[in-house]
Amino acid sequence: MQRVVLDDAEIGRCLKRISHEILESTSGASNLVILGIPTRGISLAQRIAEQLGQIDPEFEPESGVLDITMFRDDLVAADRKLAPTVIPGGSIDDKVVILVDDVLFSGRSVRAALDALLDFGRPKAVKLAVLVDRGHRELPIRPDFVGKNLPTSITERVNVHLTEHDGNDEVVISS
Amino acid sequence: MTVLKSVAILGGSPTDIVIEKDTIASIGPTTKPGVDCSGLVALPGLVDLHTHLRQPGFEASETVLSGSRSGAAGGYTALFAMANTMPVADTASVVEQVLDLGQRAGYVQVQPIGAVTKGLAGTELAALGSMARSKAGVRVFSDDGMCVYDPAIMLQALQFVKQIGGVLAQHAQEPRLTEGAQMNDSALATELGLTGWPSVAEESIIARDALLAEKTGARLHICHLTTAGAVDVVRWAKKRGIFITAEVTPHHLLLTEELVRSYDPIYKVNPPLRQVEDTVALQEALVDGTIDIVGTDHAPHSEEKKDCEWENAAFGMVGLENAASVVQQVMLDRGASWNDVARVLSSKPAEIGGLSNQGRLEVGAEANITLIDPSASREITRQSHSASTNNPFNGYTLPGQVVHTLFRGGFTVQDAKVVERD
Amino acid sequence: MRHLVSIADLNLDEATYLLDNAQELSRINEREVKKLPALTGKTVVNLFYENSTRTRISFEIAATRLSADLINFSASTSSLSKGESLKDTAQTLEALGADAIVVRHPMSGAAHQLAHRGWISSSIINAGDGAHEHPTQALLDALTIRQQLGAGSDLRGLRVLIVGDIRHSRVARSNVLLLKLLGASVEVAGPATLIPEGIDCMGASVSDSFDESLGRNPDVVMMLRVQRERMQGHFMPSEREYQQMWGLSRERLKRVRQDAMILHPGPMNRGFEISSEAADDPRSAVLQQVQNGVAVRMAVLHELLAGDKS
Repeated sequence: MQRVVLDDAEIGRCLKRISHEILESTSGASNLVILGIPTRGISLAQRIAEQLGQIDPEFEPESGVLDITMFRDDLVAADRKLAPTVIPGGSIDDKVVILVDDVLFSGRSVRAALDALLDFGRPKAVKLAVLVDRGHRELPIRPDFVGKNLPTSITERVNVHLTEHDGNDEVVISS
Repeated sequence: MTVLKSVAILGGSPTDIVIEKDTIASIGPTTKPGVDCSGLVALPGLVDLHTHLRQPGFEASETVLSGSRSGAAGGYTALFAMANTMPVADTASVVEQVLDLGQRAGYVQVQPIGAVTKGLAGTELAALGSMARSKAGVRVFSDDGMCVYDPAIMLQALQFVKQIGGVLAQHAQEPRLTEGAQMNDSALATELGLTGWPSVAEESIIARDALLAEKTGARLHICHLTTAGAVDVVRWAKKRGIFITAEVTPHHLLLTEELVRSYDPIYKVNPPLRQVEDTVALQEALVDGTIDIVGTDHAPHSEEKKDCEWENAAFGMVGLENAASVVQQVMLDRGASWNDVARVLSSKPAEIGGLSNQGRLEVGAEANITLIDPSASREITRQSHSASTNNPFNGYTLPGQVVHTLFRGGFTVQDAKVVERD
Repeated sequence: MRHLVSIADLNLDEATYLLDNAQELSRINEREVKKLPALTGKTVVNLFYENSTRTRISFEIAATRLSADLINFSASTSSLSKGESLKDTAQTLEALGADAIVVRHPMSGAAHQLAHRGWISSSIINAGDGAHEHPTQALLDALTIRQQLGAGSDLRGLRVLIVGDIRHSRVARSNVLLLKLLGASVEVAGPATLIPEGIDCMGASVSDSFDESLGRNPDVVMMLRVQRERMQGHFMPSEREYQQMWGLSRERLKRVRQDAMILHPGPMNRGFEISSEAADDPRSAVLQQVQNGVAVRMAVLHELLAGDKS
């Protein structure tokens, strides 16, 4: 049993809104570093960076990748492939880092991402942007920018499909 | 008096055997009641020309008693005990001690083998004459475990053995070609990083010793043949009229070096397991008589000697309780008869070893009889009557089950259970 | 993957995966904080029956960079030399809490036995067993080759020459297997007495002349360390003859292609199997090998130990 909770148009609007919210909250884009959490967080970060570049021409529309494999406490065999960590501009010291992920669930990935960030430097602040917040947090972690709040039951599965990976844009819930 | 009813002697039509005291009194239908042996095949009691009973010196692995019981369970009524004990059986006193242990155990006829050289060192001849004249009446001499590698010593030994009227059983292994060897020399040895034991180390000694035997007119017996090339050499020697006999073990008939991939030392043996082509050649040679007998080379080892690194592990496999089944499978599958089975397991070994009271199932002969149920099937495990568990056939299913063994007219095994003696 | 005992146990995907992860981990060396928490709370034991400072230290660095606890068990300083059996030592280590055991042993098959005989259930990493295998060495060699000469994720089309005492070399065996798996072609060269039977069955072609092999323009020349004790009239008439026929001398170095690589597992016998000129030549990637060794061992430890064990 599957239903689509966000179609491609809605996803586009969410990302646009998130980008505006980011700029509002940080009073401009001069200090921002956008980092996506693999896998789909990377593409979302790229799209947000592009949006930011369109809204604020002073912003260099590039995003990076933060690999969290070595910091997770909930590894499953399939998850252990390492991805390269790429920091645009080379450093996060004194920057405002925007972490981008597709789904916020238990909060453990974000906890691992915060630990990973510490290895690279000392950001001024870290904010979290997610496309979907499906609840059921196991740690005291909250997002700063949310595309859609999606109450789910713990047995349901939320899958984000993005054109860059899956050929189309949509978010589906299956039970 | 014991009567065996409806027994198929050498697989023939069922008949009865009457045993009085320790002799076969009659063979033929009788009205006397007795033990129902329908479905069983009777062979003359099996004779192993190559057993390691480990006593004196290595009682943790086996004793003459436990080895005799294992032999009886395997259908044996005579075991030739190899000389590589501690002390080595190179004097009259040690061989008499082994003889005595065998008599007191009372399950099989234990016939001690005398060493060829002192301490098996290969440099000085042992007291061959006094061992022959001792109570043990040694006629089979062997340094098995070690090779008599010095051709001059071998020549002298053959001369002495001929004079005594005995036979020299050689463990064919040129030591300088097999230093540190762990398994068959092959591509697999390279893959596994283990030092190889090349076939030529066996074949070259057999060829050399055959020529020495020819020169002396002595009787030469080659222990545990393992390669197709060795079969060819024996065939050549027999054609030349040399008094040479050859033996093969149950494990070399069926098992190959592939088992060593597991690095499980239960498969470590000297000479090593070889390749499929070799097992085929050995099986064919056994059937056509180029190989005269099956000898178990029963080599028990206590657990810690096998539960360790391959290189540290001892060489050897137990075999007294596998032999009859393996021979049944190999020979009958190739169209041979129970007569042939009896030849390789009983009559020919008795003949080579000089035991006139063994190897014969006929009226007037000593009542040494093995009764096998050929239709039974056994799943082999590590447990047996031996004190050791190093059985490479663990996990295999083999045909045939020894149901009764009679030694000098008395049951040592009855209904597939070893009879307890006090 | 529970154990890394032999290259023969890996398929192409698994080998590539380990190399890819090692490649990522090698970048940690460039960071200020060279530490990752992935194996916090795990205990790794170096069980070394043979003295080997380099490999032992390499594993030690790898384990501690991943925040694992590492304990060293050396042959000369413990009950290992008091005749305790391999089985008893292994069970003692497991009882003390070892999650993984890195084992180096002079007898072939030791690592395999630890992994499969049912004595213990810890993960086993083979750091060299007799003449059998040395899987992490082959992986670091392959990574080093791939970094410099590899076009994609594998080594297809590359030609590797391995020179030396192949018969007694676990490095040679693991390399032949892994290089073949990754699509390279392998040629081995050495004295006839030191080329083992059936090495061609493992996938390598055999050459009787170092000079002829160089004439075939290999992309990689891997020189094996020679044990000089073997040279005294046993497998070779003399050291001098070995050096003349099989050493990577100054003259032979001139015939190695400009864009080829020279590898050596170390430690080197300078002036013997490899001349100083060759060891210090810009084509020599020996130090890169050492660096990659830590990364490869981190990747292996991570794969075997991180996360839940089902």
